Formats: sequence, structure tokens, C-alpha cells
Amino acid sequence: MKLDARIPSGPIEEAWAKACFDMKLVNPSNKRKHSIIVVGSGLAGGSAAASLGELGYQVKCFCFQDTPRRAHSIAAQGGINAAKNYPNDGESVFRLFYDTVKGGDFRAREANVYRLAQNSTKIIDQCVAQGVPFAREYGGSLANRSFGGAQVSRTFYARGQTGQQLLLGAYQALERQIHAGTVKMISKTEMLDLIVVDGQARGIVTRHLVTGEYNIHIADAVILATGGYGNVFYLSTNAKGSNATAIWRAYKRGALFANPCFTQIHPTCIPVSGDYQSKLTLMSESLRNDGRIWVPKKKGDTRPPNQIPEDERDYYLERRYPSFGNLVPRDVASRNAKTLCDEGYGVGKTGLGVYLDFSEAINRLGEKTIRERYGNLFDMYQRITDEDPYKVPMRIFPAVHYTMGGLWVDYELQSSIPGLFVLGEANFSDHGANRLGASALMQGLSDGYFIIPNTIGNYLATHKFPKVENSHPAVQEALTTVKSKIDKLLSIKGKRTVDSFHRELGKILWDYCGMARTAEGLQLAIGKIRTLREEYWKNVTVPGAGDDLNESLEKAGRVADFFELAELICIDALDRNESCGGHFREEYQTPEGEAQRDDEHYSYVAAWGYTGPDSAPELTKEPLEFQYVHPSQRSYK
Amino acid sequence: MKVTLKIWRQKNSNDKGQFVKYAVDDVDGEMSILECLDVLNESLILRGEVPVAFEHDCREGICGSCGFVINGVAHGPERATTACQLTMRHFKDGDEITLEPWRAKAFPLVKDLVVNRRALDHIIEAGGYISVGTGQAPEANGLPIGKEVADQSMDAAACIGCGACVAACPNAAAALFTGAKITHLGVLPQGETEKDRRALAMVAQMNAEGFGNCTNIGECTGACPKEIPLDVIAKMNRDYLCGSFQRRDDLPTPITPVVEGA
Amino acid sequence: MGNTGVIPHHPHPVSFWQSSNGKKVVMAVTGAIMFCFIVGHMIGNLQMFLPPEHINAYGHFLHHDITEELWIIRGILLLALALHVTATVQLALRSQAARPIGYSRKEAINSSYASRTMYWSGPIVLAFLIFHLLQFTAGYIHPQAQFVAGDVYGNVASGFRVWWVSAWYIFALCLLGLHLSHGLWSAFQSIGCAHPRLTRCLKISAQAIAVLIVLGYISIPISVLLGVIK
Repeated sequence: MKLDARIPSGPIEEAWAKACFDMKLVNPSNKRKHSIIVVGSGLAGGSAAASLGELGYQVKCFCFQDTPRRAHSIAAQGGINAAKNYPNDGESVFRLFYDTVKGGDFRAREANVYRLAQNSTKIIDQCVAQGVPFAREYGGSLANRSFGGAQVSRTFYARGQTGQQLLLGAYQALERQIHAGTVKMISKTEMLDLIVVDGQARGIVTRHLVTGEYNIHIADAVILATGGYGNVFYLSTNAKGSNATAIWRAYKRGALFANPCFTQIHPTCIPVSGDYQSKLTLMSESLRNDGRIWVPKKKGDTRPPNQIPEDERDYYLERRYPSFGNLVPRDVASRNAKTLCDEGYGVGKTGLGVYLDFSEAINRLGEKTIRERYGNLFDMYQRITDEDPYKVPMRIFPAVHYTMGGLWVDYELQSSIPGLFVLGEANFSDHGANRLGASALMQGLSDGYFIIPNTIGNYLATHKFPKVENSHPAVQEALTTVKSKIDKLLSIKGKRTVDSFHRELGKILWDYCGMARTAEGLQLAIGKIRTLREEYWKNVTVPGAGDDLNESLEKAGRVADFFELAELICIDALDRNESCGGHFREEYQTPEGEAQRDDEHYSYVAAWGYTGPDSAPELTKEPLEFQYVHPSQRSYK
Repeated sequence: MKVTLKIWRQKNSNDKGQFVKYAVDDVDGEMSILECLDVLNESLILRGEVPVAFEHDCREGICGSCGFVINGVAHGPERATTACQLTMRHFKDGDEITLEPWRAKAFPLVKDLVVNRRALDHIIEAGGYISVGTGQAPEANGLPIGKEVADQSMDAAACIGCGACVAACPNAAAALFTGAKITHLGVLPQGETEKDRRALAMVAQMNAEGFGNCTNIGECTGACPKEIPLDVIAKMNRDYLCGSFQRRDDLPTPITPVVEGA
Repeated sequence: MGNTGVIPHHPHPVSFWQSSNGKKVVMAVTGAIMFCFIVGHMIGNLQMFLPPEHINAYGHFLHHDITEELWIIRGILLLALALHVTATVQLALRSQAARPIGYSRKEAINSSYASRTMYWSGPIVLAFLIFHLLQFTAGYIHPQAQFVAGDVYGNVASGFRVWWVSAWYIFALCLLGLHLSHGLWSAFQSIGCAHPRLTRCLKISAQAIAVLIVLGYISIPISVLLGVIK
């Protein structure tokens, strides 16, 4: 199979404008004759549904939560990047593009990233007009702050709740279209399969989570904006409901899955406190501006942190990376913490944690200044751990946070199935092997507000859409597949709960395909995952029935998909014999222990295709070409 | 430690419902109350019983999914804390903890501790937005907004739509929720043009959904996990009053279903 | 759950009155009118501390010199009272309907005692008002001595000398104070007059005014019982 990313030729600065001009248009009176399904209501899905509704399409938007406002985009804390250059500090579209490609360790598509940087300024304009209360200076202009991986201040923020405010902006725009009748919102509904008719994505099969009712929705195009798959690890900073089912079932219908092993581990999360732990809480990356990270020099030191004298502490990031110190990128900080804890230097009850110490900053700046900068984060930490970070150092540990991989899409965000578009974290397009802070919000909104409204028209204008009846064999086949899977899960009646399987799966993945991976470990993991999956289908127990609100059943279906996805993640990690960004293979490191890329052999997007339940997935490579940013070794020494 | 959870169990909206007591051993102080329910549910599943249904998603206090009345207080005894962030160390060994769903006519019960809060969406749908289409926005810094105004707007915009205000209000009023959106948008210059229309439409919808009336007593703001100030209700009343005086007859009246299925 | 409701379209005064926010504005305005009366009445009453001629002359002035105006004022007050009570009853019914199933346990965490007891303090004060009018204005109830039309001073003094009349009066006035301490501030909130700084100031002022009013009124029966007023 040959992958055509449909990147416009010519200079990168004009690529998007040229593409927009070359695209076929749907005339206004014909728009209302086209129907579009949007699955997911977060930043990407919500903004797409609202914008498409405004254009006059008939839109149906789906979410599994009780209201579109609860999508997990809401939990993003730090901010959103934009190349506005308000601080006059040398920012430009090109610099944002450059930083993002470099931050992604040269595994992203240049043209996509450039377009993202171009759209970034329009996103801020749009959100301000919607009433997003971004932080302001006293003079009334928008405030900016700096963020990891950049030397300019380009991050716009609304306290520590930027994701919430941007999502509410999109949600309100969506509600406005619902009121206008252009968008029909269908919540508490989960997509369980994609309907592909004559090679085109034409609809979805859903299950209503309260009534258990199955429904068939037919449309001219389907958009998936269902977020990332970090929950495959069980413990992550994702919401409990975040899942990969929509993209996974699209994969099984023929969409290619790109770079599944590119997962991001965030260095500053509150450590796990016990076996009952259900999720991990992120502490904003900004804390590393003033906090110093250390572990005791002695292994297994159980003294309280305040009783460990200064010369018995190892400020390991400052020691190893004197020029960047505590501000090294996420992947580097995470990996170092893990290595030390593995060696037995970790702190806290479980030994899985390092100290993030503010005492030096408090002595230098005063408690008041620290409170102003991080007060709400300190409060949150105290609420969860019952420790006062003004007096005792915080304990932090890395946690799964974001997945750069996702369904493969071309420049127009169309997957390898015509008519199936994928937006936001669900696609793979813009972040390469490592995402920079404050870029996820930017990508979701760029995809939803400014890209899909243009590109979907091109698809609709150039294809024919014969009427599809519910009785069509492809529709019935999809419906039967969904029903039989659910019936099967309900009928096993084994001895173990869904969560116990999920927890064990997450542990395997975390141990062998987390922050550091080896060929041997990955092979072992694939075997363990297969064995566990077999047990799952024999020994899982799902209580209750399929005709009412049954969270165990919802989870059971999602975990079944996670098993298959976990295997693909390991296969991809095993195939990529290099280290890049979040993917660190221990065999491929520099003498100093840093990631060693292999541009000669691995400068490609690994797009995997489904070949059947028992056969190996098929790899298709999309070569990456760098004309504007030339790959170099990242160094933070 | 050990606690007893006294939980409202109700199969669906037609079922009568009752309290059932469950003993949970091995409770750790670091657990959230939702994790305590997880532990209980795991044991219920293994015993072949139906687990307790409750809403939850982000578990970090921002999505607004979770929430039930804990010992008579919405979201439990800690101020400015959602149920998902309420740790068990706030309870003592041997405590009996009563968990009850939000109770309001506008929030029909779905199952156990889960209620349908779609009415809040309808209030937003009626007018809780600034009417600007994608692509119509002017340059972001073209309209200076003072820091104090932006902060006031942000204070109100912090609402997570959990419904605790309605649950805590003796009248089951949604005034704090509605006022928060009216204030968030209405104090900003972008949103001021539509403020009369917005207040009239949202208040009309709020009444139509069957919420009670506000008696300005402040239970809502006490229960609010984001501590939205009571002033937002005054702002709603002010905009509603001004809007009523300035209203023209051509103003379309919102017509929306109150509850559209579960 | 086929409970599909439609918002009816009405001309604005009607829809204003039908909305709970509109009713609250009516309650605020009518409450303010009655509050003015309460202040005026208290100032009139405090003439009890002057020689008897003053208050008797005042009574004469009200009943004979401005008869027509007095009826207009009484009409306004009655209308205000009627609207205040009607709105209260309707809102109370609406609130009751808004929570058909109550909580098994509910704690108050942020509200004042006064604010939570408005539904009780209001009706009790109303009951007192009726008794009070029958006693001192109409003279139907006059437990001790004969009611003497025109002798305001004598009627008051003899009336309050009955301990339970004074006790009932003091109790009702305290409830009125409680009602005002929330109501005065709440009225501003209902008409949308609030500001972070103003709110604090309003709340304190409302409580101070309520205390002053209670003290002003109950000083009279207390003085009668203590023999300061004979």
C-alpha cells in the first residue's frame, strides 16, 4: 500500500492557502443536504461540530458523557501556544513551527506543523471573541508566559484552567448551534463500530449507555475526535472514561494506526499511594521553574526529607544537565526519575517518587511570591496528600499523560478510509515523538475550527453518496458484530473483574513499554498481553444486563480493545529500533544515556493496518522529509 | 480503617429506591471517596451483586461529572472540594457515611447516585454564549479588557456545571449556575451587547426547567466546589430586570423541551 | 420521561411576574415599601417617651387632618403586603415542587439562621400584624382596660401593662428583626444591586438596621413594664 499524504507542493508558507484554493467547494444551498457525524465533543470535536453547523451542514455530535462540556480537554491546565509575538521577544510562525518539529524529535510532518503554527494566532482571536477569559495585564492586553521547550513567551492561559475555558468556549458555540437546530447533540452514547459502505465511511453503530439501545446513524462523512488512548496503561492522567474504542474499531475497519508507541510520560504527577489508586493527578509543569528535584544520596534512606542534610541530597538533574537543570524536557526528566527509583533511591512509602523542593525558592523569594505563583497547585497537592508543600518537599513521579500516536491522516485530516476524518489527539499528525507543553489545545482547536471546515467540503464535493438503508448488509454486519461482542462479554461470567484485568494490563505495559523499552522486554510483554487477553475472554465477569446503565459493561468493551491496542503498541515499539522523544529503547542511547535517533532508517511514520484477529498487522511507511528544519541531536547538557 | 456506607440504591426512575448499608474494610485515608466506592464495587461484582452507579470522569475536580450528597452536604464536608478529591482521611474509623443523589425535579434520577443534569445544558443552549461564528473574530488584542474585569469574568467562568448549587439549595434553584454564565459573559465587552437577551432567555429557560427560586441565602456558594460568589446571582437579576424594561416584542422566546429522555 | 414543556409567550409584564426572578423583584420592592412604613411607624411610636399630648396629637393628625392621604397610604401598604404574601406563597409552592423528594439528611453550611427561617418569620409577623391592628387601630381586642378612641398614649400604656401582650409583641418584633436582617440585604440582591465590597457593607448595615428597629420598637413595652412609661 502506498500512502499519499496529499501535501501541497511549493513553499511551506503558502501550502495551506494553496490547498484551500485547490479544494472543491460545496455551495451554500447544497450544504444542508449533507450530513456529518462528529464523535467526541472535546476541543476538536466540539469546535468542529459547531463550525460545521454554522456552515449549514446537518451535524450529529456524540459524546459518552452526560453533556459535551465534560470532555477531558477540560482538564488541561497550563495554556495554549500561539505565534502572536505580543511580548516582542522574537516569536514568529516559523519559530513555533521550528520548536514543535524539534520538540517532536523530528518525527512529525513539516507541512502539518507549519499549518498548525499559522492557525495558532487565529485560535486566540476566535477564543477571545467567544468570551474566553484569558489572563490579562493591567493595561488590558493579553498576558503570556513561558513554557517548557521554548525560549519565548508564547503561552496564553486562563489561571490553571486553560483547557476548561477553551472547552467552554467551544461548548457554548456548540450549544448555540444546537439551539439553531443545525447540530443534534446525542450524549450518553458510545460509538461501537464504523460503517463502511463501498469503501466509504458512511456511519456508525452506537449504544445508548442508559437504555442500552443500539442505533444506526448514517451520514455522508464521519469525524472521529475521541481523544487519546493513554488509559491503556490503566493509571494515567486521563479521565476514567477516556478510551480508544472509536479509533480502534475504525482501525479494525481499515483505518491505519500511526506511531502507536509514541506515548508521553509527564514528569510531575502525584505518586501512586496504594493499590486502590484509580488515576493519577498532574501537577503543572510550571512548578519546575522554582522547584528543585532531588533524591537522597543513600539508597533506601527513610529519614524525613527535612532531616536529610544538604550534602546528602542528589540534585540529579542539575548535576547531569548543568545548562538546563530542572527545566529539561518532559521525556528527559521522566526517564531520570524512573532510573533513580529503579536503582532504589526513590522516596515515599512506595519508593516510587522523587522530591520537588521549594524551600530554596521560598527562602529566596518569600512564601508570598511562591503562593501567588503556585497557590492553587499547592492547595491541590495538600488536598490530595495531606502534606504542606510550603514546609515539606512535594513528592512527584512520572505518569502517562498524552499519546502522540493515533489514526493516520493525510494533510486534509482524512484517514486511509475515504470519508473518515480524525481530529485532535485521536490522530497522529502534529507532535511527532514528543509533544511540547501547551500544544495539545492548539492542535485540537486548529483541527476543529479551521481545518476540517475547509477539507471536509472538498471530500463532500468530490464524492457521490448513494442512500444507505439500515438493511444494507454492511450496516447489518456492523450491528451484529457489536451486539455479539457485548453478548459475549455478558455471557462469560468468570471470576475476575474488568478492572483487575485492566490494572494488570496497565502494569505490563508500564513495566515493559513505559519510559524505557528493550527488544527483549517488548517481546516478553507481547506474550504476557496475549496470555492475559486469552484469560480475559474466559474469566472476566460483567455483572448486570445490557439494557440499563452498566458501567462494568462499558468498561469491559473498552478494555477488550485496550488489550489489542496494547499489543500493537508493543509491536510498533519493537519495530522502531531507535530512541526518539517519548520512545526510549535502552539499546539505542548515546554514551551519556540520551536518546539516539536513527534518521537513516527510521525517519518515517509507521502506519499499521489491521489484517485479522490472528495475523500480524501490516506496516506501511510514510517517509518524512525535512526541508526547513534539519534533524539534529537534542542536547540539554 | 473501616466505614459503613449508607447508599441510596434505585434501579431506575420508576423504581422506588431505598438506602442500603455496606461495610467497607481496608479503607485508606489517602483514598478518595470515589475510590472507596470503587473498592466496594469490586467486592459487589465478585459477590455477584450489582455495583453502585455513580458519575465520575476526570477525578481531578474539573469535569463536573461527580457529585452526590455526603452526610447532608453536597460534595461532602470539605470546602471547595469535589467528591472525587474528597479523601477518606476526613472521616473516622467506624463512621457511617450517607450518600444520596442530587435531589431536584429538574434532575430526574437515572440510577443509584446518577441523575440527569441535561437541564443545565438547556439553560446554556437558550443563550449562554456570545454569538460569534468561526472566523468572524477580530484581532485578540484589539479590545483591551482590564485585569479586574477579566478576573471577575474568570471567577464566574470557573463553574464546572456539577449541579451542587441546585442540590444544596433548599429551593433547588439553579440561580448560581445561571448567574455564573450570565456574569462570565456579561461583564466582558464582547458579551455585553447581548446581555439583555441572554438574561431573558436563560432565566426563562431556568424557570421552564422546573428549578426553584432563589432566596439569596447562600447555601449554593457554600457548596460550590469552585466557590462561585453569590454576586453572580445579583448580576443575573440586574440583567434580567434591565432586559425586561428594554425588551422589544420581537424578541424570540425560547422553546425547548424540558427533558428529552434520559 | 416524556415531560416536554414549552415556554409560553406572554406580554412582558405577565412573563415578568411569572418568572421567579420577577416575583423576587416584586418582593424586594414591596418589602422596601413596608420597610419605609416600619421606620415611619417606629419614629411615631417613639413619641411615647414624650408627654402624652405629643402622641395623641400625632394620632389626631393622622386620623383627622390627613384622612384621605392616610387611606391612600393604607391602600399602598395593603397592596404591597398582598403582593409580598402572594409572591411568597407562589414561590414557596414552586420551590416545593422543585424538590418533590427531600433529603434524608441535609446540613446547612453557609446560610444564616435568619435567611433559613424567612418562611416562618414572615407568617408569624403577619399574624402579629393582624392582632396588632385589632388591638391598637380598631380596638377590638383590648385585654385590660377600655379602649379609648383618641387616647393613643393611654391605650398603648394600658395595653402593654398586660405581660403577655408585651411578650407577644417583643417576640414578634424580634422575628421581624430577623426577617429584616436577611430581607433588607436580600432585596438589594434581588434587584441586582451587588458588588464584592458593597455586599459586605449591605449585609452589616442590614443587620445593624434590624437591631435598631427591634430596639426602637421593644423599648416601649419594656419601658411600660419597667414603669418608665406610666
